[in-house]
Formats: sequence, C-alpha cells, structure tokens
Amino acid sequence: MLTYPAELKYVKSHEYVRVEGDTATIGITSFAADQLGDVTFVELPKVGQSFKNEEKFGVIESVKSVSDLFMPCGGEVIAINDKLSAEPELVNSDCYGEGWMIKVKLSNKDELNEALSADAYKEFVVE
Amino acid sequence: MVVTALQETPLAAVHKSLGARMVDFAGWFMPVRYKSDIQEHQAVRNKVGLFDVSHMGEFLVSGDDAHDFVQYMIANDLNRLSKPNMALYTQFVNENGGTVDDLIVYRRENDFLLVVNASNMEKDWNWLQKHAGKFKALKLKNISDETALLALQGPKAVQLLSDLVGKDLSGLPSFSYSQEKVDGIEISFGRTGYTGEDGFEIFCAAGDSEKLWKRILAGGEKYGIEPCGLGARDTLRLEAGLPLYGHELDDETGPLEAGLGWSVKLEKGDFIGRDKLKAQKEGGLPKQCVCLRSEGKALPRQGYEVYSDGKKVGVVTSGSTGIHVGYPIAFAYVPPELAKEGNQLEIKIRDNMVVAHVVRRPWYKRAK
Repeated sequence: MLTYPAELKYVKSHEYVRVEGDTATIGITSFAADQLGDVTFVELPKVGQSFKNEEKFGVIESVKSVSDLFMPCGGEVIAINDKLSAEPELVNSDCYGEGWMIKVKLSNKDELNEALSADAYKEFVVE
Repeated sequence: MVVTALQETPLAAVHKSLGARMVDFAGWFMPVRYKSDIQEHQAVRNKVGLFDVSHMGEFLVSGDDAHDFVQYMIANDLNRLSKPNMALYTQFVNENGGTVDDLIVYRRENDFLLVVNASNMEKDWNWLQKHAGKFKALKLKNISDETALLALQGPKAVQLLSDLVGKDLSGLPSFSYSQEKVDGIEISFGRTGYTGEDGFEIFCAAGDSEKLWKRILAGGEKYGIEPCGLGARDTLRLEAGLPLYGHELDDETGPLEAGLGWSVKLEKGDFIGRDKLKAQKEGGLPKQCVCLRSEGKALPRQGYEVYSDGKKVGVVTSGSTGIHVGYPIAFAYVPPELAKEGNQLEIKIRDNMVVAHVVRRPWYKRAK
C-alpha cells in the first residue's frame, strides 16, 4: 500500500523527514520502497557524521537495483537504525515506522521550507 | 527520435490485473514482479511458480534438409535427439567463435522447433535466413506471434501439470517433449526450464493462453503457486548457474568461455564457428566465466570490476543476492589462470574492495 502520512515532509529524491523539535527522522517513502522491490542491504553513515542538505548519506540495495540515499536537510547524525542491518526488509514493510534510517540534529530548519507536503509529493510521484 | 510502442504478450492485461509491476524488457512490456522478488524466487524453489515467457521467439524448421541445416547452425549434436519428442540446449555460434544466441531445439514428428531469446529474435531470424541458401528443401517459419509460452517451475510442477492433464507425468524424462490437453486446450511442453528446478515450458496458441494461465493458477492454489516475474526468473537462473544472453554470452563471447563446453560437440562434423571453438579448446580460452561468492552484504552487479592482487582482471556480468543460498553471488569473466576453484579475487563495489571466492558452479543445485 502506498501511503504518504500528512505529518511528514518529502523531497523529490524520495526521502521523507519526520521533524520533532530539532530532530529529524529520515527514511524513504513507500513509493520508493515499492519501486525498489525487496530491500537487501542498507548502508548507513556513522553517528557523529554531518551532512549538508542534498548530500549523499548512504546506499540502498534491493534484489534488482542499487540507489544512493540523499539528505532531505542538513544535520549531524545522532542515531542510525541498527535493526536494518539484520532486517533490511523493514524498509518494505514499514518504511515510516520501524524502517526508518537515520535521525539527525537539524542544522537549519529553514531548509525544510522547500520540502513537499504529503499531497504535493503524491502529486509528484503519480505524474 | 522514433518512439516504438512496446510489444505485448497475449497475457499483458492479465498481468496488469494481478498488480504486476510492468517494465520494458528488450522492447516487450513484461511483468518484472507481482509482489516480491524474494517470495516468487522461494515459491519456485520450494513449491511452484508460473511465468509468462511468451516474448521468446519460436521458429519452425521443416523440409528434407531441416536436420542438416539445424545441425550446421548449432554447436550441440542434433543426432543426440535420436527420435522425435526430445529436446536439447545449444547455441548458434558465429564464425569468430562468439554467440549469436542460445536456444532450445525440439525435435518433433515432422519438424524442428527452435526457441530463442526475445532480444535476439530478429537477429536469429536473419542469421538463419543468411545460411539457409545452401540448403534446398527447407522451410522456415516464425510462429512467435501466434504462440504463447508459459514456464511452470518448481518441485510441485509435475504434480500440478499431471492434475491438469489427468495423467501422471512424473515418468517423463528431462528434456522430453509431449502433447496433451487441459480443459480442451491443446498444449505441448518440454520438461525443461531456466530456474534450476524441475518443471515444464508449455506452448499453446496465443488465443488460449489467458484461459490456460488462469487454469494453472487455480489448479496450483493448493500447492502454493505464485505468478512470477522476470525478476525472479533472473535470480533463479543466476543462482542455478545458468548463463543469460547479453550477460555471460554475446556476439564476442563463445560457449566454451561461458562454461558451456558440455553442450559443444566439436567432433560431430562441420558447424558454423567450429574452427574457432576448436582453436580455443586446443590453444586456450581468452577468458573464462567463473562463479563468485562475495563476502559482506553489498551486492556485486553487472559491470563491476574484478581485481586480483590490486590489478583489474575482469568484470562482473551478472550479480545478485543468492536468495535461496543466502549470500551475494556473481558471474564474472577473468583470465583462465585465475579461474581455479578456491582462488580469491576482489570485486570493486562502489568505493570498497570486497573479497570474492571462486566457487564450484552452480551455487544452487536441487536435490534429486
């Protein structure tokens, strides 16, 4: 099921952001997960690494493809989802929940002003 | 820019109604997966899966010279088909020792049926036409458009098709060819496949294919059948160590290099490409296809470079996760002196050098 929760922000490279205070939880959208098919491996950065907005922060592999992951905002990584190492399929089954990838401390919240709403992202992907 | 519409098999609408993700495969609008590559792969390993492979090409060769013509075009020995209703795997080899295509030849009562790759259909047809001139009593017919082809693969395939035709098919030899009826639909089938499992490739008239497809899925429900896409077909054939044209075989790469020597019969008499293959066999292969098992979780993919002692020595032609065996696997071409089982190589995956071991072909072999 392709869903786009209204409380999240989205970018055109198919990552989502959940903002809570100055913390952002980042993952990929259900549209992206569906396109990739069964995810087999997620290569994530280390806690403490900093990335700029739109910078590559990792790699996601499925049976059929390999894609880069891009930051939807800048920030310092404060947590990564260790569970994905043993259970990469969580990205397919629960991308907005247990399939999250990293949490960052936002460096500049204003960067997210350009991110898409759920409706705008949905419109973008059906085009 | 010329925009060409994708060709569709007679089952395209059925795939869409099943929710398949459709892609352009060699100019064909084909299902890559219905739900999950992994689930479809495991259904074939453990139960049974159904594939639409109607995009493949079918040519009929008939006439008094048909036998001599086919024998001249292929690298395997057609005389191994000592009577009708038998089939063999082979290749068309070009004069330079490269591969025009790989195919299955069925000997039927009055003709030969050649099943070729969709991506090469036109090239193959022209190749056959080009060499047909030397043979007088020969008729070639392309029946691809009016023919549908379904692959029923997996340990439950025999039981399922036996149910459907009302006859025990378990005694049919591998690579045999038969005709039966399913609910009045005329089918013919080889006990063949491209997954490493037992099973059948089933021909029927294009107009009957939707009814047959639905009948097989309904009859297979109790066995846990899954419709399977080209994604699973690719991971299954790779894990079973079966080469794919455009990856392990191409116009520059011959069957001996690809590890298909068992299907090349140099002593059978003249055939196109024989001299080059003989020279390769006697003088050494330019390169050799190896099975690699790589460490870690990152997957080797087509085009990734292969290294030995820090030096680039080859390239990956197919790579994936071995879904059933549970580790990353790849076919790669390397110099023959590096192709020995147990040899350690490296694959450059993005910025990392990942250790890969040459292992025995294939990665997966079903228990008999």
